[in-house]
Amino acid sequence: MVDRSPRDPALDNAFKAEIVTLIPHLRAFARTLCGDATAADDLAQDAMMKAWDARASFQMGTNMKAWTFMILRNQFYSEKRRSWRQSQLDQEAAERTLVAVDDPEAPVALDELRLSLGMLPPEQREALILVGAGGFAYEEAAEICGVAVGTVKSRVSRARRALQAILEAGAYDRDGGAAGDAMRSILADAERLSTAR
Amino acid sequence: MARLMELDGGAGRLSDQNDSMKGRSPPERDAGDMIEHQSEQTSAGSEVNAAALDEARLRQQAIGVRLRQMFDEVVNEPVPDEFLDILRRADKSAEQG
Repeated sequence: MVDRSPRDPALDNAFKAEIVTLIPHLRAFARTLCGDATAADDLAQDAMMKAWDARASFQMGTNMKAWTFMILRNQFYSEKRRSWRQSQLDQEAAERTLVAVDDPEAPVALDELRLSLGMLPPEQREALILVGAGGFAYEEAAEICGVAVGTVKSRVSRARRALQAILEAGAYDRDGGAAGDAMRSILADAERLSTAR
Repeated sequence: MARLMELDGGAGRLSDQNDSMKGRSPPERDAGDMIEHQSEQTSAGSEVNAAALDEARLRQQAIGVRLRQMFDEVVNEPVPDEFLDILRRADKSAEQG
């Protein structure tokens, strides 16, 4: 399957050095896809190994971040097709992940943003994450998701609107949260962040 | 419906509605809707509308900041040793193979 012909060790080292810098980003992307932190790290590791095995097909100097994200995404959806039961977002696991945020100062609104994101259709969520948080251009996100640029643009814009509506209505999936608090908290925090910088 | 308006004096009712709208901020809508509907607004409502548009932009910016923050929180976590171990092992088998 994979080209086993001898490779230039310098090339392998360069590849490895670059992929190491991408691990944190792969973990973050996997976390948004899986919800559960442990499953996300498994996914990120699988993707990293797939990328390593396929390194002969990667052209150094091209966009390795987009390439590895595409591998990770494909891996996620092929696993999901294989086993619905395992990959369906497990509510308990999601809650464990939220509790596992170890910064005690972490504002409540971050959890609410996560829960609200979880309510978006997967294709909207991933488009918004790639463009809004992952730092990808629309064109790159389109390549990663295997769809047209226009499709990504419309998914991102629909995701933004839906997310705001969910946050403002306090309609995210949690008991006891006061309606409207999430948006207020996010606004207050954005203000604090912008003045701090 | 149209006939009912005529019987009630439709014009008068409409102006009443306009008066009652003046002091009120427009209904909460998302940014996209506001942009789409902006051209339909009367000039009297444009100031209120611009303010609401700014507000909507502010909210979207705030969500954007939080979204990046959420992502970066994971990016900034220390990478578990497992990742580097796996790469090290892969590297060895590549040397042997």
